[in-house]
Amino acid sequence: MSENLDDMYREIILDHYKAPRGKKPLEDKNVTSDGHNPSCGDELRMELKVDNKNNIADVHVNCKGCAISVASGSMLAEFIKGKSLEEVKAISEQIKKMLKGEESTITEDIGDLDSLKGVRQFPVRIKCALLAWVTLIEGVDKFEGNGTDSSSTTSTE
Amino acid sequence: MNSKTTEKDIVIDIQKIKNDFPILKRQIRDNKLVYLDSGASTQKPIEVINAHTEYFNQINSNIHRGLHTLAEEATNAYEKTRTHIAKFIGGVKTCEVIFTSGTTESINMVAYTWGEANISEGDEIVLTDMEHHANLVPWVMLAKRKNAIIKRIPITDDGRLDLDDIDSIITEKTKLVAVTHMSNVLGTLNPIKQLAEIAHKNGALILADGAQSAPHMPVDVLDMDVDFFAFSAHKMLGPTGVGVLYGKENILEKMPPFNMGGEMISEVSFDRITWAELPHKFEAGTPNIAGVVTFDTALTYLENIGMENIHAYETKLTAYTIDKLLQIDGLKIQGPNNSINRGGAISFTDKNLHPHDISTFLDSKGIAIRAGHHCAQTLMKRMGTIATARASLYIYNDEADIDALYDALIAMRKYFGHE
Repeated sequence: MSENLDDMYREIILDHYKAPRGKKPLEDKNVTSDGHNPSCGDELRMELKVDNKNNIADVHVNCKGCAISVASGSMLAEFIKGKSLEEVKAISEQIKKMLKGEESTITEDIGDLDSLKGVRQFPVRIKCALLAWVTLIEGVDKFEGNGTDSSSTTSTE
Repeated sequence: MNSKTTEKDIVIDIQKIKNDFPILKRQIRDNKLVYLDSGASTQKPIEVINAHTEYFNQINSNIHRGLHTLAEEATNAYEKTRTHIAKFIGGVKTCEVIFTSGTTESINMVAYTWGEANISEGDEIVLTDMEHHANLVPWVMLAKRKNAIIKRIPITDDGRLDLDDIDSIITEKTKLVAVTHMSNVLGTLNPIKQLAEIAHKNGALILADGAQSAPHMPVDVLDMDVDFFAFSAHKMLGPTGVGVLYGKENILEKMPPFNMGGEMISEVSFDRITWAELPHKFEAGTPNIAGVVTFDTALTYLENIGMENIHAYETKLTAYTIDKLLQIDGLKIQGPNNSINRGGAISFTDKNLHPHDISTFLDSKGIAIRAGHHCAQTLMKRMGTIATARASLYIYNDEADIDALYDALIAMRKYFGHE
């Protein structure tokens, strides 16, 4: 097996792909955000429960797509639970930078998310890894815009 | 449409052919390249590569204008390809062969000239559910501009045109039937001759998108009786940026020009401009001369093998490929599951894996396929999928390539934990 391939499909990524976190739809949610990459056909539905302290109390991600988009969404679900909207927005921007190969200023331990770096070697797949994060940003923006349940469709293409 | 050539007649020296294509010797990450993406673009034999260099070494010049030796030689070489194509597609007049940048431009040319002049409100344009965006978007946009109506010939679940209700689809209201000769996704070969007859009976014209058929089988536009036929050089061993639009002379004569500028005019004043004769009326500006000249060599290469031979060989290899893929549990062929009236564009889906993961994995083994919606989003919807993986064959592929694909697909399932 080539090194490159294992760089992208790291153990952690395959683990998230095979058993995505945040699978259970939320009964109590106040943000719904949809992402779609038409050229891959990837579709992602994200539901958030934001509590009255503006923390993410719960999250659901359902991604129909490739291993990278599914794994990225799963890692997102695991990572953002319990974080504040401010923290979530900041980390999303950092992940975007990391995937695009720009200088990121991540100082905290981002755990599994670090494994997404390998995707950079496969430029056409970066948008797959980005899908969950732009869907999240879109959802948070909408939430902060009107503070109620919101729906939107976004894309990384 | 089915080739009459029997198996024993197939004369293909596959090793010689493979040796003719320098790129096939390339290593992709320690693996020998297995190129199964010819439906997107084919590789080029050394003769074609040399012809391209030779053009620039010996005769590079603009055409149809200069009075010097190079200009004359370049013009002759350019026009020689036109004559060659006229013969290649069934013996049409050279004035009926228009050079474009590719199939897409060929079809847009018809949409923006013939379409603008002939389609009115309420007119109907008939497409099919298996069109490439190149033969779909220009017509949908034309219909929007004109308030015309798009109708579609449906397809069956195994990817054939469903002609059961054809009499209610192609009617006297139909002005144009635009249909692919061979689907770039399903591989299906469509009964163009039959559709042409139905279209003409109703007073409509027919355009066939030959991008996937012309490279792989004998094409006779006169026998099919199509009014327009479009194809691309780069899908048949030639360079990118060269395409052909065939149109019947009497129709082309009445069509307004597409691009305006040099070469397509007869006389120009600020009050009055007259158009050049066919085919130059449709060839404004300096074309891709090197590409057109080189295309001649590609056509000769194909003819030396023989289009009947090519079709028979690929039909056999297609059958082998389908057979192999169907041995893999959970793999589905999107399109006909047999090689009857079908070319070597073989789309498949895996019930567990996204086509992009399939393609990335195969690439790690040196195998080039295409993954995605193949510029056919409406067809993907019809097939109930978001994307497919597609292996597409050509004369330089053999059973060993398909065995490599098969082995890699088995290894892939193990890698992703879907054994």
